[in-house]
Amino acid sequence: MQTNVLDYLEHTVKRVPDKVAYANESDELTFRQVHDYARAIGTAVAHQGLMREPVVVYMQKHPKAIAAFFGVVYSGNFYVPIDEEMPKYRVELIFETLQPKYIIVDEVTIKHIETLDYQGEVRLFDDLIDTKIDENILAERYDSQLDIDPLYIVFTSGSTGIPKGVVACHRSVIDYIENLSQVLQVSEDTIFGNQAPLYFDACLKELYPTIKYGATAYLIPKQHFMFPIKLIEFLNEKKINTICWVASALSLVSGFRTFDTVIPQYLKTVAFGSEVFPIKQYKEWKRVLPDARFINLYGPTEATGMSCYYEVNKEFTLDEVIPIGKPFHNTGILLLKEDNTEAKGDEIGEICIRGTAVTLGYYHNPEKTAEAFVQNPLNTAYPETIYRTGDLAKYDDEGNLIFVSRKDHQIKHMGHRIELGEIELNINMIEGVTHACCIYDQASEKIVNYYVGDVAPRNIKKALKEKLPRYMIPNVVRQLEEMPMTPNGKIDRKALAASYKENRRK
Amino acid sequence: MMEELLDILEELHDDVDFETCTTLIDDKILDSFDIVTIVAEVNNEFDVIIPAAELTPENFNSAKALYALIERLEDE
Repeated sequence: MQTNVLDYLEHTVKRVPDKVAYANESDELTFRQVHDYARAIGTAVAHQGLMREPVVVYMQKHPKAIAAFFGVVYSGNFYVPIDEEMPKYRVELIFETLQPKYIIVDEVTIKHIETLDYQGEVRLFDDLIDTKIDENILAERYDSQLDIDPLYIVFTSGSTGIPKGVVACHRSVIDYIENLSQVLQVSEDTIFGNQAPLYFDACLKELYPTIKYGATAYLIPKQHFMFPIKLIEFLNEKKINTICWVASALSLVSGFRTFDTVIPQYLKTVAFGSEVFPIKQYKEWKRVLPDARFINLYGPTEATGMSCYYEVNKEFTLDEVIPIGKPFHNTGILLLKEDNTEAKGDEIGEICIRGTAVTLGYYHNPEKTAEAFVQNPLNTAYPETIYRTGDLAKYDDEGNLIFVSRKDHQIKHMGHRIELGEIELNINMIEGVTHACCIYDQASEKIVNYYVGDVAPRNIKKALKEKLPRYMIPNVVRQLEEMPMTPNGKIDRKALAASYKENRRK
Repeated sequence: MMEELLDILEELHDDVDFETCTTLIDDKILDSFDIVTIVAEVNNEFDVIIPAAELTPENFNSAKALYALIERLEDE
């Protein structure tokens, strides 16, 4: 039985050593290079004496960063990818939680690290790969790893203002990758076009099936997602046949009528997720790719990646939504109502996930872990942890899950999962602000901030840019004389949302 | 008219001097969300549809270049 994700790489490198594993516009790494680099890094980190510790990979999006991930795993530790564009303040917050002893950087990010008050080991990727591989220590580390040991931590927005680090183990990832690959029908001929950043779990979809099957994954330059013709030309040039993108990236292409100019020539599998893919845009893609498979994916970071899928196999009208479908093999969904009984018929309930893909919880955060990773209330006989997603859903007539809404103030904005509470907390910390509230206007896909206080709107954005990643900065900032309140003394979010809609129409 | 365009841009990033900046794309000041918003707002304000073929780094690198594009499309 496979217990370590590295087995994928070990098998594949013997089979197709000189095939390209990961590439971007200009650089590529073969499986042999990934294998050699990763074992060199693994040797260096292991010799540092670290075991089952977080090792930060703070690098630009590049095939080398992926080799660094596997390097950390060879060393018997777990990798923590960090967004290189993240503001210093947030990196420091994350480091407070992690207490990392070792950071792998590149020639650009090393400069960012120098501005932090960080005392641990900082090593350049390009130096580490010159380490002489020590097969003995790597074998020792491999043998002492269990499949319940952490593989990575990825950080996600936290409503208390502190990002939460989701810890996933080998076994969860193996379970996820085996089942996802079946659905996507990955093979050695698969050529992925990756869109997701490497610091989110969304990139597992390309990273791991690539080493399992000896496929190839291209990391598409982020800028291409601003200029859709270039994007499609890139897909054609690299003969990309499989994409798993956030729906907003697909909508960007079709919404700009890109297909009038250029059409993807090799695409066979189009998976999308993280947010609703409007039927109008789906139809546009289906029109130019009538033979491609279109698959909606749904799942939270806390269940390793994706938990449910729906292959679109019928016509939809413009007012319908594409279902999130049914769980992957070896994943179970419970739809629990407020009273912890199962939703029946078309009742709405909270999506709760059970299975091996449920992750270990939040790193150094027992309180938040205990809130979301709970005992299955339907099982009083033995311990069984389920993850409560906070997503509300119901079943359609065919037994497919349909997403309805969120229980709380978490939103999906351009594919990013954001707690509005985290933005509000940071606005409230700005000197002079007395009240702050953020709403999400779904129609215009804008984060709208209303605040009361003696601060100019431009200073709100400026202050936030030092604290939050770019995708969390409100798109619209409005100063108010006073905040509308509900009779209970809470900020009246509905009134704010209605007033924003009203003013937008004018 | 140039003022209207500057209003659209300043609504997105009020800390950027759009009258002088000529590296909006090169310096990653605009992201894909901004491009989508600009195209939609230009459509509203100027009644001009920016076709995909005109979505190029050059056309979005400065307010001036973008305004020239709008004028060109208005003439067509």
